[in-house]
Amino acid sequence: MRAYKPKDNVQAKAYYTDRFYVAPQVPKSAVDTDAVFAADLEAIKAKFEVKDAYIQVEQMVVYINAHDIYGVLELMRDELAYTQLSEMSAIDWLAKDNTFEIFYQMLSMTKRKRIRVKYFIENGQAVDSVEKLFRSADWAEREMFDMFGIEANNHPFMKRILMPYDWQGHPLLKTYPLEGDEFAAWYEVDKIYGKEARDIIGPELRDTARVDRYDSERFSRLGFEVPKGTEITGNEEPHVESYQEEGGVFMVTKLDKESSKVIDDPQR
Amino acid sequence: MAQVKNRLTPFFENITFDRDDNELVLNFGPQHPSAHGQLRLMLHLQQEQIVKAHPDVGYLHRGMEKMAENMIYNEFMPTTDRMDYIASSSNNYGFALAVEKLIGLEVPRRAKVIRMLLLEINRLMSHLFWLATTALDIGAMTVFLFAFREREYLMDIIEGYCGARLTHAAIRIGGVPLDIQDSFLHQLRVFLNKLPQNIKDYEDLLDSNRIWLMRMEEVGTISTEMALSWACTGPMLRASGVAWDIRKEEPYELYDEVEFNVPFSDKGDNFARYRVYMEEMRESAKILYQCMEMYEQCEKDGQTELMAHAPKYISAPKLDIMTQNYSLMQHFVLVTQGMRPPVGEVYVATESPKGELGFYINSQGGPYPYRLKLRAPSFWHTGILTDLLPGHYIPDVVSIIGTTNIVFGEVDR
Repeated sequence: MRAYKPKDNVQAKAYYTDRFYVAPQVPKSAVDTDAVFAADLEAIKAKFEVKDAYIQVEQMVVYINAHDIYGVLELMRDELAYTQLSEMSAIDWLAKDNTFEIFYQMLSMTKRKRIRVKYFIENGQAVDSVEKLFRSADWAEREMFDMFGIEANNHPFMKRILMPYDWQGHPLLKTYPLEGDEFAAWYEVDKIYGKEARDIIGPELRDTARVDRYDSERFSRLGFEVPKGTEITGNEEPHVESYQEEGGVFMVTKLDKESSKVIDDPQR
Repeated sequence: MAQVKNRLTPFFENITFDRDDNELVLNFGPQHPSAHGQLRLMLHLQQEQIVKAHPDVGYLHRGMEKMAENMIYNEFMPTTDRMDYIASSSNNYGFALAVEKLIGLEVPRRAKVIRMLLLEINRLMSHLFWLATTALDIGAMTVFLFAFREREYLMDIIEGYCGARLTHAAIRIGGVPLDIQDSFLHQLRVFLNKLPQNIKDYEDLLDSNRIWLMRMEEVGTISTEMALSWACTGPMLRASGVAWDIRKEEPYELYDEVEFNVPFSDKGDNFARYRVYMEEMRESAKILYQCMEMYEQCEKDGQTELMAHAPKYISAPKLDIMTQNYSLMQHFVLVTQGMRPPVGEVYVATESPKGELGFYINSQGGPYPYRLKLRAPSFWHTGILTDLLPGHYIPDVVSIIGTTNIVFGEVDR
């Protein structure tokens, strides 16, 4: 049976995977192998439900319930000395089970430890803002909203931060193509020249492989490139353009076309 | 292409210009020479005093996290150059270290020493650049010229190593691609021997300069709580009274083998940050001297390995690829399909010149990262302007942006 691949994930995929390949795991260890983490986990467990916890690559990962996040981070900041929220963002698992995974990367400078607090939310569900606890969450949550469309309740200014305010779509979703969607292709044309100029200008070219497939050497055809090797002199007369002034330029020798040699073969 | 009339209208939907009070809204940027890139600041002013500041970023957003999801791991390395393009090797290194931690690789000692040499040269380059541009913003033209001259020497050394001056891509996952060139150590030593006098020259020009002191002292004071709350790191945090340096506290590479101090200040103002930067240059020089000794020791011990040996993830040395069939096959697979790190996730923080540069990688066992989050220090150092600027005056904006040392390749990613 062929392996199932989510249809709504348009990101680059491996074009070949050995069917018997089993991906190894980054080793996880139990929390009680580290005394500091074990104590921290006990403190969190005393007040909140912890769904899962383990240590991976020297950092503890704690899974909690979505509605506990404010309380957990408050506890960690005030009682466990995790004074910095280094980073927070989301992971898109919509194709798998219609959820987002949210992670908060916490740092304790006195203990020299880092904890990653995580939870899952359903698609369309909002998270609780922790901006009151950590000002850094102000921008982090805005970025998460911008990139994934996950809103944060009680956020003072829930607006896009990196993309323009009037952008449509959320770029880091797996369903969003790398080259941008239809809206992205017309965004600047509509904005700068107006919708009626669409026919004249055409959509923004966002195909990263374009230079490979089209002839970009014949610069006079800029905007009208043809696939490489196409004969375009069909009905057109060969046109010789002199790029040097008739009277000549001071200190510049006039090119003598007769005595110069044109190297046709770029590979020579 | 036909010429069509341009309909660009200013995009001010978030600003009300008709106001009953005396408040004036000033747009600072996105094109402003002292905004250090594409920063737009919407400043609400009472007379010359700022009552509300709203930084607007995203003018350089290239979607690097999205690009990372669509690239194999090695392909992404040159893209990281474009984050903090003032010190691009430190970005390369942060990414390489994150992937190495994910895989569980041990890098050969000689590669580690070369990486440290590159990282500290990058730190010096970045700090010199910072000093030059900030001094220029304040009006100290001479310091700008002096500091750029010194930076040029370092860029020449780097150019000799990797061929590039700004976008180095000088570090690979698993080690470094090349050994340093013959002239590297000599050039670096000549530079470092002159550096103390150079730094003293800058300080002679600035430390007792009346204008410099007026623009720097007691301006842009960040309290410790504010710096922690805004996730400030690097010199921004150290100038606010927290002696936190990841090289010291969570040492990576061979930073636990070298002697250096972590300069910090409890003043939190612009001048404190300036002092921290100057002292960090001296500490970097100290580290570089020790790294050069370590490199020479590596040579004596005959340690020539530059890349880790992990056939599943890292291509074999070129000689093996050219002579051995199986190495060639593995190399072919690694280049066309990419390495497949194990399933898991990792967050690795390194001390870039600007602060904590973190890479969060979520791997699902495929050749592309499932999610890669770039934690760039400048992002939060820009965010803090929201809380920092109110109460200051317009000229202070320039000096505060200067000392926050933000780079927009990193803010917008």
